[in-house]
Amino acid sequence: MSDRRIAFTIDGRKIEARAGQTVLEAAEEAGVYVPRLCWMKGLTPAGACRVCTVRVNGRPQSACTQPAAPGMIVENDTEELRELRRDVIDMLFVEGNHFCMFCEKSGACELQALAYRFGIAAPKYPFMFPRRELDASHPDIFIDRNRCILCGRCVRASQELDGKHVFDFVGRGRDKRIAVDAEAGLGDTDCAATDRAIDACPTGSLLRKRVGFAVPVGRREFDRQPIGSDIERPAAAE
Amino acid sequence: MAKAKVATTSLCGCFGCHMSLLDIDERILELIELVDFDRSPINDFKEIQGPVDIGLIEGGCANEENVKVLQEFRRHCKVLISVGDCAINGGIPAMRNMVPLAECYEEAFLKGPTVVNPSGKVPDDEEIPLLLDKVYPAHEVVKMDYHLPGCPPSADTLWAALTALLTGKPVDLPYELVKYD
Repeated sequence: MSDRRIAFTIDGRKIEARAGQTVLEAAEEAGVYVPRLCWMKGLTPAGACRVCTVRVNGRPQSACTQPAAPGMIVENDTEELRELRRDVIDMLFVEGNHFCMFCEKSGACELQALAYRFGIAAPKYPFMFPRRELDASHPDIFIDRNRCILCGRCVRASQELDGKHVFDFVGRGRDKRIAVDAEAGLGDTDCAATDRAIDACPTGSLLRKRVGFAVPVGRREFDRQPIGSDIERPAAAE
Repeated sequence: MAKAKVATTSLCGCFGCHMSLLDIDERILELIELVDFDRSPINDFKEIQGPVDIGLIEGGCANEENVKVLQEFRRHCKVLISVGDCAINGGIPAMRNMVPLAECYEEAFLKGPTVVNPSGKVPDDEEIPLLLDKVYPAHEVVKMDYHLPGCPPSADTLWAALTALLTGKPVDLPYELVKYD
């Protein structure tokens, strides 16, 4: 990899990327937060959720898959893109059954945190209330598909970080869901409580049993600070 | 200046949001300087008496009575607020939305493990409001002007929103006060 710096701008701010970096990675290193959901550090980007959509030279692109290129003009924090992201998050809420009030992940859930960041008090789309299955067959882990947003982070983490292939997608469109590598359920797979795939879940869809509600309300990850505020830094004086 | 009129009701809710309103503690003395209550569980009025400035709706619509009450509130309230997760997304009662209504009745009155029902029938007295096919959030039934999420919204959230509205300021709540749990 060369040391050549790739200069481009995000919302007018000068960014320098290293060769091979995506827009999202370069932005993050420079202290600019691009909202994301299916992206996770250390995993192959999927470009699936479209929350990180930015405009690159006027064209919508997912920042997590778009390689940085010299001179590109990127729009990130514009009213148009904020609205698009709000709509994507809205749809994820109404397509599933997200009962935050009793969810163990509440307060540390990335979907919920994005809704907070975007100031969503109520979704504007009608709720679908789909019937989804729960898999508690594993002694230490459960899958609650009511909370699954099909980001595929568990699919990739199991393969790329755990060296297994516990999870994958089956079905199409509204019937798409996460399946496991066994006929009966998660309990018959080689999935272990120590698998990184469990931590990869941004929502409460994949959780360890008997550890819920360990952190008190008020001290959870997103109780006080919006998601992304650990990344954001003001632009350096020029 | 005349005091503002506030009406509140709990539709398919647990009264937890009303408890949270009482949780403003001694600020309730300030509140009573600012408002008079119209229909509310606090004074036990069963009907709305007149024009209302602010209506607070707890709970979603699970039966025909909930819909009628919500429509009555909409007719009389200048500003109508969904208070809490049940009003906003159906909440815990909406967990039945994934199950056909007939199965819900069967579980509740006929086949559930704790059911004692010698008649073997589902109650169908005309005094009992008919259940809707599913639980609807308030804004899917009438237009709602504001949403205060939370289960329940904290006393500080309710206080901040109410005092902003009563003093003519924008309802612009800080990050810590808008939570879904």
